[in-house]
Amino acid sequence: MNKTVNQKAWFFVLPVLILVAFNAIVPLMTVVNYSVQETFGDNVFFWAGLRWFEEILRSPRFHDALGRQLFFTGTILAIEVPLGVIIALAMPRKGPWVSVCLVLMAMPLLIPWNVVGAMWNIFGLPELGLLGKTLNTIGFDYNYTRQPGDAWFTLILMDVWHWTSLVVLLAYAGLVSIPDAYYQAARIDGASSWAIFRYIQLPKMKRVLTIAVLLRFMDSFNIYTEPSVLTGGGPGNSTTLLSIDLVKIALGQFDLGPAAAMSLIYFLVILLFSWIFYTVMTRGEEQ
Amino acid sequence: MARITLKNLKHAYMRNPQRDEDWALKELNLDWDDGGAYALLGPSGCGKTTLLNLISGLLTPSHGSILFDDQDVTRLPPEQRKIAQVFQFPVVYDTMTVYDNLAFPLRNRGVAELTVDKRVREVAEMNDLTATLGNRASGLTADGKQKISLGRGLVRTDVNAILFDEPLTVIDPHLKFQLRSKLKELHTRVPNTMIYVTHDQTEAITFADKVVVMNVGEVVQVGTPKELFEEPHHTFVGHFIGSPGMNVLSCDLKDGHAYIDGNRIATANRAGAGAGKSEIGVRPEFVKFAGHGLEARVVKVSDAGRFSVVEADSAGGLIRLLVEEGGAIPSEAARLEFDPAATRIYTDGWLAGRAGQP
Repeated sequence: MNKTVNQKAWFFVLPVLILVAFNAIVPLMTVVNYSVQETFGDNVFFWAGLRWFEEILRSPRFHDALGRQLFFTGTILAIEVPLGVIIALAMPRKGPWVSVCLVLMAMPLLIPWNVVGAMWNIFGLPELGLLGKTLNTIGFDYNYTRQPGDAWFTLILMDVWHWTSLVVLLAYAGLVSIPDAYYQAARIDGASSWAIFRYIQLPKMKRVLTIAVLLRFMDSFNIYTEPSVLTGGGPGNSTTLLSIDLVKIALGQFDLGPAAAMSLIYFLVILLFSWIFYTVMTRGEEQ
Repeated sequence: MARITLKNLKHAYMRNPQRDEDWALKELNLDWDDGGAYALLGPSGCGKTTLLNLISGLLTPSHGSILFDDQDVTRLPPEQRKIAQVFQFPVVYDTMTVYDNLAFPLRNRGVAELTVDKRVREVAEMNDLTATLGNRASGLTADGKQKISLGRGLVRTDVNAILFDEPLTVIDPHLKFQLRSKLKELHTRVPNTMIYVTHDQTEAITFADKVVVMNVGEVVQVGTPKELFEEPHHTFVGHFIGSPGMNVLSCDLKDGHAYIDGNRIATANRAGAGAGKSEIGVRPEFVKFAGHGLEARVVKVSDAGRFSVVEADSAGGLIRLLVEEGGAIPSEAARLEFDPAATRIYTDGWLAGRAGQP
C-alpha cells in the first residue's frame, strides 16, 4: 500500500508543540544559557564555559545536599512502599467501608503542601504542639528546631503521613483488579497466604507499584515546600535538601550561573535514577 | 477418587428465599459414580455454575448436603475437599515457569521434591507441555494456559474430582476440538471423576458419559447423550439438544390421543388425565414428506451441507424437517408424516405418562 504524504498533518500537532515549547523547552534552554555564563548586574553576561558545572560537582556543599537528599528519598521509599502495600492488603475489597477507607486515604493528598508543612510545624512545637508536647511529657527530649535528629524524624514522619496514601491507592487499584478465580484457584492449590501474596498479589501489583515508586522517587527528590515550611533546611544545614539549597543559591545569593548548572545536574540525576528504577523494575517483563 | 452424592441440595444467594424464583438452585438429588465423566448443560443463568461451586466448596449450600463417598463435605472449605477446578478464564501464576506452576499444588502440600519432579514430568507429558516446561507460564497461549490449569489438578494424587467451568470459552475455535479430544483422552487415562459445566451441547455430548440438563435452577433430565436425543423428558431438553432442536407443536387431546387440526397423530406415549397444556414433540430427523398426514406449507429451505433444513407452516405451528441432499422438496403445499415411535405428547412441558412427573 502507498502511504499518502500529507504535510497538513503537522498543523494538528502544532498546538501541542507550541505548548510544550513554552512549557518545557524554552525555560530549559534559558537555564542552559545561564549555566554557561557569568552574570553581573544590568544584564551583563560573560562566557564561562563549563566552569560552573565543575565548581558545583567539586563543591562539598553540593555533595552534602545530594547525600541528604538520597538519604531522605531512600528512607521514605523504604517506609512508604511496604507500608502502603500492607495498608492496601488490609483494606476491605467489598462493602460500605470501601468508600470510607478511600476517602480517608485520599484526604492527606488533598491538603495544600505548604499547609502540610505548617500543620507539622505547629504539631511538633515542643511547648504547644500536640506531638512535641506529648513526646516531651513522656520523657523524650524532643525539639525539631534545635536537634538535627529530631528534625529528620519529623520530616520523614510528615512525608510518610502525607504520601503513603498515594502508594496505598495505587496498590489497592492493583489488588481489586485481580479476578476472583485466582484466589479460588490458589485455595484449591492449597496456597498459603504468603504464597498468595508472593505469586498472585505482588505480580499483579507490580505495574502499579512501579508507577508508585517512580512517582514517589521523583516527588521526594523534588520536595521543597513542606521541608522549607517545616524546618527551612535547619537546624544549621542539617535538613537542607537539594531543592532548598538550590533556592538559596539562586534567590538568596543570586548566583544565576551556578544555580543554573546545579539545576541541570539535579535534573540529570533525577532522570538517571528514574531510568534505573524503571529498567530494574520492568526487567524480564518482555520475556 | 470418590462417588459424589447430592442430597436435597438447594441454594439461594439471598438470605430469606420466599418464592420459587428466589432459589438459584432448586432442590435436587443426584448420584455420581466414581470415575464417571459428567456434564452440566444449560443456558446461562440456569444454576450450573452455582452447582459446580457448591461441589468445589467455593459456596456453602443454604440447604441439603454433599457427600464424597460417605464423608459429608458440605461445610468443608475447597482445600480440604481434595478437588481440582479449571476455570473459565485460564489461571496461571504469571511469574512462575510452566514447571513451577505444575509443581505448585504439590509443593504447597509439602511433597518431596523427587516425587514432585516425577509427577510434574508425567503430567506434562500427558498434557503436551514437556517442550514448554522451562518457559514462563505468562507467555503461553490460552489453550496452553488451560492445560496448565488442568495439569495442576492432575499432578495431585489425592483428587476426588476435577471440575471444569466452561473451560473452552476463551479458546480459539480450531483448538477447541483438539482440547476437547485431549480431555476425553485424559479421562480414559486417569480414573478421576470429572464434571464439566458448559452451555454448548456439542462439548457436553462429546465429553460426558452422562449429561445433566439444567434450566432455571432445576435439573430437567439426567441421561446419556443418546437418551437425551431419543427421549427428551422435557420440551426444553428437546429444544436445547439437537440442531435444529425438537419441533414442539400445540395439539388437542381426546381420550389420551393427540389431534392437530382434527388429524389424529400417532404417538409413542399416551397423555394421562392431567389437565395441562398439551404439546407434541418430534425431532426434525423423524419428520418426512408423504402423500398423507398433516397439511403444511413450505416457507423456507436452508442448505446445511448434507441436509436441507425445511421449514413448513402447519396448524400446530412451524415444523422443521431434514431432507437429504437431492431429496424432493414440494414447492408449497405438502403433507407431513411423523415417525410414531419418535413422536411424544408433553403435558405442561413434561413428557406425558412418565412416572414421577406431573
